[in-house]
Amino acid sequence: MMLKILYFASVREQLGQGSEELPLPAGVVDVAGLLGFLAQRGGAWEHLAEIRNLRQAVNQEMVGRDAPIGAGDEVAFFPPVTGG
Amino acid sequence: MMVRVQEADFDVGSELAALRRDRPQIGALVSFVGVVRAASDGAGVSEMTLEHYPGMTEKALAAMVGEAGRRWKLIDAIVIHRVGRLLPGDQIVLVAVAGAHRGEAFAACEFLIDYLKTRAPFWKREVTPQGARWVAARASDDQAAERWRD
Repeated sequence: MMLKILYFASVREQLGQGSEELPLPAGVVDVAGLLGFLAQRGGAWEHLAEIRNLRQAVNQEMVGRDAPIGAGDEVAFFPPVTGG
Repeated sequence: MMVRVQEADFDVGSELAALRRDRPQIGALVSFVGVVRAASDGAGVSEMTLEHYPGMTEKALAAMVGEAGRRWKLIDAIVIHRVGRLLPGDQIVLVAVAGAHRGEAFAACEFLIDYLKTRAPFWKREVTPQGARWVAARASDDQAAERWRD
């Protein structure tokens, strides 16, 4: 089971990537852990967790960074929403 | 209860007519239409692109409509939100609420647009003479949604 990660709007542009799938990294149990894992890639990834008001969703529900994640989950990172 | 996310424009008159059809118990129909402004934060806007999170968007909108149905006695409600490229004057969103009386219909309609603006995963990117920019979230929208807490 792969972990699916989606990036939207300005976050997608900063990272130059809209989505990816990867095996759940060893030791990653929550959103904060995943952000730590991604930061190890360096470059724009190092700054992902520091984006002001970064929002995250797990399986299409908005959550906090302490939300648990597991293999097969869909995680998304995006800026505050601006619809309507 | 119906939510739709689409690129195509919508016709407010026919959507409201469909909402009312064969429902003699409806005494109040309140609607909100959001429109692309030609200026934003002091800059002219020549066009706008709306991005969304397919799947989550529909779920989030359906959850809001469900929540409105729990808070107020409604007969029906619809939300239609457009995505893709839009020009000044284009319609962006329609929220319409039908009830027996105006009080609950007005309140539920305002609740729905306030929640949509802070919880539904849409993002606006606008083109101005200075270039393209992602629209920043407004604190006033957060405050508007906050009023409905509880």
